[in-house]
Amino acid sequence: MFEEDKSIDTVHKAIIFEDVSIAFEDSPVLDGVSFELRRGETKVVLGVAGSGKSTILKLCLGLLRPDRGRIYVLGHDVTTMSEEELFDLRSKVGIVFQESALFDSLTVRDNVAFRLMEEHLPESEVEKRVRESLSFVELEEAIDKFPAELSGGMRRRVGIARAIITQPEVLLYDSPTGGLDPITSTTIIELIMKQRDVFKTSALMVTHRLQDGFTLAGHYYDPASKHMKPSDGKPSLDIRTSFMILREGKAVFEGSAHELGQVQDPYIKEYIS
Amino acid sequence: MELTSPLDFVKRSVLAVQDYTHLSLRSLSNMFRKPFYMADAIQQADLIGVGSLPIVVLTGMFTGIVLALNTSKTLEQFGSLSLTGRLVSFSMVRELGPVLTSLMVAGRNSSGMASELGSMKVTEQIDAMRALGTDPFKKLVTPRVVATVFMMFFLTIISDLVGLVGGWIISFSMLGLDSTQYWNSAYQVLKYNDVITGLVKPLVFGFIIATVGCYYGMTTKGGTQGVGRSTTQAVVVASVLILFVDAVLTQLFITLS
Repeated sequence: MFEEDKSIDTVHKAIIFEDVSIAFEDSPVLDGVSFELRRGETKVVLGVAGSGKSTILKLCLGLLRPDRGRIYVLGHDVTTMSEEELFDLRSKVGIVFQESALFDSLTVRDNVAFRLMEEHLPESEVEKRVRESLSFVELEEAIDKFPAELSGGMRRRVGIARAIITQPEVLLYDSPTGGLDPITSTTIIELIMKQRDVFKTSALMVTHRLQDGFTLAGHYYDPASKHMKPSDGKPSLDIRTSFMILREGKAVFEGSAHELGQVQDPYIKEYIS
Repeated sequence: MELTSPLDFVKRSVLAVQDYTHLSLRSLSNMFRKPFYMADAIQQADLIGVGSLPIVVLTGMFTGIVLALNTSKTLEQFGSLSLTGRLVSFSMVRELGPVLTSLMVAGRNSSGMASELGSMKVTEQIDAMRALGTDPFKKLVTPRVVATVFMMFFLTIISDLVGLVGGWIISFSMLGLDSTQYWNSAYQVLKYNDVITGLVKPLVFGFIIATVGCYYGMTTKGGTQGVGRSTTQAVVVASVLILFVDAVLTQLFITLS
């Protein structure tokens, strides 16, 4: 079992990047990126294609190793952990992949239950939690289907159900609305908002769709109506959503939606216009 | 098409050998480390072993038939037609049974493993498995290696037996040989060393088939085209490696005996 680094503030911070750099085939993808994700916060990582957004998520899980810098996830330095130790940590972190990455030879039930079955939980417990998870994404009727029988939006929802079934402390979303129609995209964003507001899960959401970030920052999930509602700037709602913009491997902006609106940098102004 | 410098080619080849060795050693060490994926290994044994049975039986049968037909022509010239059983038995058990069975299983299963794992790789399913806290080497590679090694042993025995039956059919029906004479000479020619050689080879070949198939699958890059490339390379490399290792093992067993 791995040791937690006691010098890191794990009470308030879920993820810390310290001067992280990585290059593929001699071309730098991330160059000295530093940021923090607080507990309960959702950070929207924006940037054009190839700016290193998805790489950040893979680095968080230790699926890639940085060339330089430190990455702390829930207090553990993933840059120094062995693959064996990382498997334990990954059970506390959920990820929704860009193309869902569902196991195509398994049914929706088996995909969502994958982690629980690996832990050899009793059949009845697995069934109960799979149904709970699928009901969260409103997809219970698809339980016996195979991924190939589902639409893109449904696959993305199954991906979310699979990621949240163990109630992870951190969730990573890799372009969760990429390639989806506007209505389905709104459904996905509503689910991410529901996870943020109901379970207070820390999350990193990588996207190139600015409107997804602003929807998250400007709305809250209303459990009574089971839909999102505009927050209209009410401070009592505590919507902890921040933004980070990447450009050519560097973080060129970090702050709230309001701060993003005030920024004078020509590149960012053009990006958000 | 971009030309590769000789230095890059050497570097890439050394890296590939290193990665393959790493995968092979990891697949072996995982057999002694929890968790054990017994159900996956049994499922693979069914797919590889039972699934390959028809092709192995047919290969064994026709090899036995062809051996009897070809050798009988030469033996007849020396008035030694009664030695047909000996020749079929010796050739099948020591050499052709293990090698031809392995080549057929390599064609069927190395390609299957490379394409299945390769598709999983390019669609991020391998990354998803790692992200879900499961070691894909333990879950996907080790059960395939265990199942292939285990099933190759039995498939080779079946192939040898069926080959002998094929030789007997020709000897009995076309060459007019006595059944007892055929089976007696087929049995008596075999020494312990021949049987051990014939049973150790499929274990090594099974390991090559599975590790090469899994290696090419797990290192697939470049979408569906990459999957096709991995599948072809897996069959070619596994087949060549089987023939090379066969030559080495044959010499080794001759030296030992």
